[in-house]
Amino acid sequence: MNTLATGLSFAATPLVAGLFDAPVGVAHYLVVGAILFTSGVVCMALKRNALGVLMGIELVLNGANVNFVAFSSPYLRGEGAASLGLDGQLIALFVILLAAAEAAVALAITLNFYNNHATVDIDRADDLKG
Amino acid sequence: MMSSGVIPLPGLVAAVAAAVPLAVVNWHSVLFLLFAAVACACAVAVVLAENVVRMAFYLVLSLAATAGLFFLAGAEFVGAMQLMIYVGGTLVLLVFGVMLTAQAPFVAIKTSAGDRLLAGMVGAALLAVLLQAAFRVEPWRRPAMAAVAAPAATPIGMALLGVRVDEPAAGVPTAAVRSGYLLPFEIVSVHLLVVLVGAAYLARAKRRRTPRSIDVAASSVGPVVTAREAARSSASALVSGGGR
Repeated sequence: MNTLATGLSFAATPLVAGLFDAPVGVAHYLVVGAILFTSGVVCMALKRNALGVLMGIELVLNGANVNFVAFSSPYLRGEGAASLGLDGQLIALFVILLAAAEAAVALAITLNFYNNHATVDIDRADDLKG
Repeated sequence: MMSSGVIPLPGLVAAVAAAVPLAVVNWHSVLFLLFAAVACACAVAVVLAENVVRMAFYLVLSLAATAGLFFLAGAEFVGAMQLMIYVGGTLVLLVFGVMLTAQAPFVAIKTSAGDRLLAGMVGAALLAVLLQAAFRVEPWRRPAMAAVAAPAATPIGMALLGVRVDEPAAGVPTAAVRSGYLLPFEIVSVHLLVVLVGAAYLARAKRRRTPRSIDVAASSVGPVVTAREAARSSASALVSGGGR
């Protein structure tokens, strides 16, 4: 067991050292934003609970926000790379505010649907189906 | 967590600490890795969880970790707003929605395996495209860690009032016209007011109307229900006549 631990730590040493002392760039943040965005899209497509779809929307907006903040950050900007400056942070703020408004309205619609149909399954929302 | 069953965890930590001297550890990177791992893992957990209450909990964790990422990127005001508005407001609203609709059949609504497979394939393709785009541009991979940033709260507040006091972006002359954000700020404030009034109107308390209660209410009105019954019986007669 001990030899396994040492062997694993030897194998992981270059990777771990590279992770812990390499500086973080915009690309790192873009990876996080991509994962959040993809999770949100899959969540929106997959969940049948209306609140699950709402949570997917929140994840998508948050992934976009990560990208905005990364591009506006003074710490992550590479040499010669364009930066959004303060505009990125302001856009992120507006996205947060509009997400709050969107969540309020979507939640009201969901509650209304629940009151009328006694379910939150969006597959049952087929009253307009021809 | 998974390796603790196989490998003694203190031994692994000691090995990592021996391999990486504490002086060269870039704590910015370590904290970034921590917050990024929590954010991504909880975002994936939101997708994989079946229970809607657990989904809400994972979403809270993911958004809070994202606020940590904002702090690390030097956007402390956006990070604070993320914590206060998103985690403290929007998600509390969502959790209230979950609690109001959490009847037993709807807590875990299953998705079919075919849909899961399809969504997984589409998600993997989308992720591949996005990651390729993220690593394509060379300057995005080489950060300038020597930069020193001033606190951004005051410039943001001034920009919301329509006055820009921050440094212009690289390559933009100082004298160029740089607009503030007074008009979008006003539009968003009125928009929030209208939206919240509308949401309160939509979600106001009223009597639940199921199809049965609608029929019961209609049956108390005599002529309407007789007309409806007549139409229904004639329709069924037509159907049965067509079947014959």
